[in-house]
Amino acid sequence: MSTATIGTAVPRVEGIDKLTGRARYAADFHPEGMAYGYGVYSTISRGRVVSIDTEQAQQMPGVIEIFHHDNFPELHRSPASFPEENMVDELRTPFEDDVVHYAGQFVAFVVAETFEQARNAAYRVRVDYDAESAAATLADGRARGTTEANRNERGDADAGFSSAEVTVDATYTTPVETHNPMELHATTAYWRDGRLVVHESTQGVIFARNTLAKNFDLDPSQIEIHADFIGSGFGGKLWLWPHCLATCAASRELGRPVQFMLPRQYMFTTSGHRPETSQHLRLGATRQGVLTSIMHESINSTSSINTFVEACGGSTASLYACDNLRVTHATAVVDRGTPTPMRAPGAGVGLFALESAMDELAIALDMDPLALRRKNFTEVDPDGGKPFSSNHMLECYDRAAERFGWADRDPAIGSMRDGDEILGWGLAACNWDAMRNPCDARVTLRPDGSATVHCATQDIGTGTYTIIAQTAADTLGIDIDRVHVAIGDSTFPHGQISGGSWATASILPAVIGACKAASDRLIEYAVKDGAPMAGANGDDLIYEAGVVKNGQGDQASAKAILKPLSLPSAVGDFHSDGATEPGYSYGSFGVHFVEIGWAPDIARLRARRVVSAVDAGAIINDRTARNQVEGAIVMGLGSALFEATEYDERTARPVNNNYAEYLVPVNADMPDLDVILLDHPDYKLNELGARGIGEIGLTGIQAAVANAVHHATGKRIRDLPIMLDKLMETS
Amino acid sequence: MRQFEYKRAEDARAAVAAHAGNDAAAYLAGGTTLIDLVKLDVMQPERLVDVNRLALDAIEPADNGGLRIGATVRNTALAHDKRVRRDYRVLSEALLQGASRQLRNRATTAGNVMQRVRCSYFRDGISPCNKREPGTGCSAIEGRNREVFAVLGTSEHCIAVHPSDMCVAMAAIGATVRVEDAEGSREIDFADFHKLPGDTPHIEHELAGDELITHVTLDAPVADAGSTYIKLRDRSSYQFALASCAAIVSLDGDRIREARIALGGVGTKPWRCLDAEQALVGQPAVDETFEAAAAAAMRDATPYKHNAFKIPLARKAIVCALRDAAARAGNGA
Repeated sequence: MSTATIGTAVPRVEGIDKLTGRARYAADFHPEGMAYGYGVYSTISRGRVVSIDTEQAQQMPGVIEIFHHDNFPELHRSPASFPEENMVDELRTPFEDDVVHYAGQFVAFVVAETFEQARNAAYRVRVDYDAESAAATLADGRARGTTEANRNERGDADAGFSSAEVTVDATYTTPVETHNPMELHATTAYWRDGRLVVHESTQGVIFARNTLAKNFDLDPSQIEIHADFIGSGFGGKLWLWPHCLATCAASRELGRPVQFMLPRQYMFTTSGHRPETSQHLRLGATRQGVLTSIMHESINSTSSINTFVEACGGSTASLYACDNLRVTHATAVVDRGTPTPMRAPGAGVGLFALESAMDELAIALDMDPLALRRKNFTEVDPDGGKPFSSNHMLECYDRAAERFGWADRDPAIGSMRDGDEILGWGLAACNWDAMRNPCDARVTLRPDGSATVHCATQDIGTGTYTIIAQTAADTLGIDIDRVHVAIGDSTFPHGQISGGSWATASILPAVIGACKAASDRLIEYAVKDGAPMAGANGDDLIYEAGVVKNGQGDQASAKAILKPLSLPSAVGDFHSDGATEPGYSYGSFGVHFVEIGWAPDIARLRARRVVSAVDAGAIINDRTARNQVEGAIVMGLGSALFEATEYDERTARPVNNNYAEYLVPVNADMPDLDVILLDHPDYKLNELGARGIGEIGLTGIQAAVANAVHHATGKRIRDLPIMLDKLMETS
Repeated sequence: MRQFEYKRAEDARAAVAAHAGNDAAAYLAGGTTLIDLVKLDVMQPERLVDVNRLALDAIEPADNGGLRIGATVRNTALAHDKRVRRDYRVLSEALLQGASRQLRNRATTAGNVMQRVRCSYFRDGISPCNKREPGTGCSAIEGRNREVFAVLGTSEHCIAVHPSDMCVAMAAIGATVRVEDAEGSREIDFADFHKLPGDTPHIEHELAGDELITHVTLDAPVADAGSTYIKLRDRSSYQFALASCAAIVSLDGDRIREARIALGGVGTKPWRCLDAEQALVGQPAVDETFEAAAAAAMRDATPYKHNAFKIPLARKAIVCALRDAAARAGNGA
C-alpha cells in the first residue's frame, strides 16, 4: 500500500519536464509546412481604416498572403455564453469591418514562410485611417456617459449612513493592469480531414473548442484544442482572442499550418486587461464600531466592443455583518481593448477600496483595525442569509496577528522605526467565493499496475497535474509515480477551465469517481470466466491498493485479471454534477498583515514583512497551495506599489508596454513571506473538503499595504499604485 | 525586423572598412539596445558589423595612472574587476545597479556609452519624435513623462533621459573615449562625447562617419577618495534610475578637498555638476554642506507634467551619495 499523498508537499509531477525543456508549449509545435503569421495593428484608438496598401509588402520575400477586412473570410461571432462555454470578451471577430475600436486592434495579418519575413512585410503594410478623438481614461469615458450594470441592496443604506455616529466617505481609484504571463499568447493551427487542430496557450480547452466551433460553424467534435503546458495566464487566457481566430482562418484559407505569437507590446492592447476603476465607499458605524451602512458604488472602464463589469463590490456584500447595504456597478466606454478577468477579478481591486475604508473607519473610531473587523464578523452570509459552510476568519485573525506580533503595534503615526526606516503596520481581510462546477474524468487501469487520468482541463502552472496525480494515487492506493495525468486536450472527458479558483474543487471529485468506477470495472472483470476470481460474486470483492481481494485472503492484480481476458485495461468514467450541500454559502477567508518601511531620506518604500493566514478548506498539496498564495501576495504587492498600465492621454496608447517599464516585483523586492494555511476541510463543498486557492491571496493585500503606509507616513493613498512620488514632500 | 547585411570583423581596421560605404551601417556589440530597437523597427540598419571578436576586451593600466577599458569588455567583467572595485568603486556600483544580470553579462562598455533613450514615444515608432524623425515634434513634453524623462539639459525638442548608469560614474571619474576610423584615431573627452538635444536631438554623440569606439580610458583615481553610486527607483532592481548620483569625495581632515558629482535619471546626458562640486571645496563634510550642493546642482532644473518629483528626489540622491562617499574617504593625513 502506498503512502497517502494528499495533504503533503508532493513536488510537481511535471517539474522535470519543465526544467529540462521537454514540456512543449503552444509555439513549440512545428507541423510540416508551417507558415508564420504576424499582425499589423491599428495605431489609432478610434475611427476607421480608409485604405490598406499591401503592394510593397506583398512583394517581400517569403510572403504568402496578407489578410485584412477586404479579403478575410467571413467568420461568425461567438454567442459569448458562459453556460454554453463559448465565452469571449472580444465579441468582434477580426477584420469583420473597417471600424477601429482601440490601438493595437488587428488591421491586417501577414502570413509568410518565416517569422522574420512575416514581420518584415508587416512593417511595410501602409494603413490610412480616419481617426476620431479617443477617450483615453476612465475620466474621459465618464464624460461621455455611464451605464449602470447592476445593483445589490438590502435594508436602507442611506438611512443607515445618515444616522451613523461615525462615517467614512471616500473614493478609491485603481489603474489598468495587464496580464503579463511569461508565455505570450500563441496559436499553432492546422486543418486535417475537415478537422481543426489547434495548439493554444489557453486556460480552457473546452471553451476554446466551443468558441471556434461557433466562429467556424463546425460541430465541436470537429475541433481539437491542445494545451499540454501553459506559461500561465492570470485570466488573460480564459477566453479566445482575435489572434487565434485569425490564425485558424489563415490556415484554412492557405491549406497549411500557421503559427502566431502575440508580441509582448500587443499583450498590452489586444488580449485583455484589468480595467480602470473608481470606487466610492461610504461606511457608517455606531460609536462602538458596529457597521450601520455599507455603500460601495463602483465604475470601471470598458470598451466599445463589449460591456465588461469589474465586480468590485462582489465581496463587499458578504464580508461583514451589516443590515444596510448598497453595492452598484457601472461602466464607461474608453477607447481601449476589451477588459477581461485578471486574477481575483472584482475583489482584487474591490477590497483595496473596502479594506482601506475600514482602516479609515477604525481611525475615525479610534479603534484597533483588527478589533473593528472582529466586531463585524459574521457567520451567516448577509448576502442571502445562508450560513457559511465553513468560515474560520476569526482563527485567521488570531493566528496571523500572533505570528506578526500585532499586539506590539503603536498606533501613533510614524512612531515605529528601524534605523533610517519608518515602519508601518497594516492589515486587511481577504475573501473569495468558493465554487464548484460539473466535471467529467476517465481513469484507465493497465496490466502493469499503472493508471491514467484523462480530463479536458489544463494546468496553467498552478499544480493541477500534481493534485490530480495525488488524488488518483490515494484513491487507487498506488504510488504516485504509477499515475499518468493526461490533460490539456479538448477530446478528453469534459473538464473545467483553470479560473475562478474552482478547478481543484470541481476536478478532484470527478477524478475520485472515475477511480472508483475503474476499480469497480476491474472487479467486474475479475469474476468473469477465465479471470482469477471467476464465479465469485462481485459484491464480495473489494479493490484495495491496486489489487482485487476476496474475503479468503486471495488477491489478483490488474495484470492477473486483464491478461487472461485479453483486455488492455479497465476503464472507469465518472460525471461529477458539481452539486454542493444546499442551504449554505461557500467562501474562503483570510487576512494579510503587512510591514512596510519608508525611508524618507531616499524616498524608498518597500514591503518588509507579510504574514497571511488563509482558510481555503483542506490543503491538497502544501507546496503548490502555498505557492499560489505566495504568488498572489507578490502580485498584490506589485499592484500596491508600482504596477499600472499607463496610457498617453492624447492617443490612448499604452506607453509602458514592455517588461522593463511595466513594473512588477523582482526578487529584490521580496519581503519575508509567511503564509499560514489553516487546512480545515469543507466537506459540504466536496468529499475532499478542498476549496480553491488561486485568487484569495490577491484580495486585500493592496489595502494592507496602503493601511501600513498610512501608519508610517500619515498619508492616505487612495489611488493605486503607491509610487514614491505620492509620498514625497512636494517641494 | 528588416533584412540587413551582416559582417563579422576580426580587428578594428577591418570593422571600420566593413562599416564604410553605407550610411545606414551600425556596429553590433552586445546588441542589448540595437537588436531591441531593430526588432521594434525603430532602428533600420542596412548593415551590421559585428565587433564582438575584436581584441578589445582587456582592462589595462593606462599611462595617465587610470585604466584603459576595451570597447567590448562586458559590464559584468568591468564591475567585478579588482582594480575597478578598489580604485573606482563608484563605477562598479553603478554597473551592478544597471539592467539585470543577464543584460550585464552581454552588454559592453562601448555599447553602454552608445545606449539609446528609453522614451516610449521614441520606441513606439509611431509618435512624433524629433530624435527618430527630425522636425516632427516631441510627444513627451506634453505626454506621459514620469520615469525616463529629464529635468536637466532638456530642450523644447527633446526631454529624454540618457539612461546609462555606467556613464554617470564615468562622468564623475572623468574619462576619454578613443575612437578610430580609416584616417586614424582620436580621443574625445567623455564630458563632450554625449550631446545635449538642443534643436538637433537626433545627433546624440561626437562620433562621425565610420568611427568606432575602441577604448574608454578612466582618469587617475582621486587620491584617498571615497565614492559611491546611489540609484533611486520604484522597484529594487531592473529599472532605469528615477534619479541617481555618482559621488567621489576626498577630505582634508573634516573638510572637503575635492568632490565630484554626476547625476543619472534626470539629465539628457550623463550630468556632471561642476558648479556644485566647486562650492563644496573647503567646506565641512556635513549634511548642510551636502544639501546646499544638492540645491545648487538642481537649481536650473525644469520640471515637466509628471516628473517634478525628480528634482527633490535627485537632491536626496546627491545628499545621500555625498554623505556616504565622504564617510568612505580617507582623512587626508
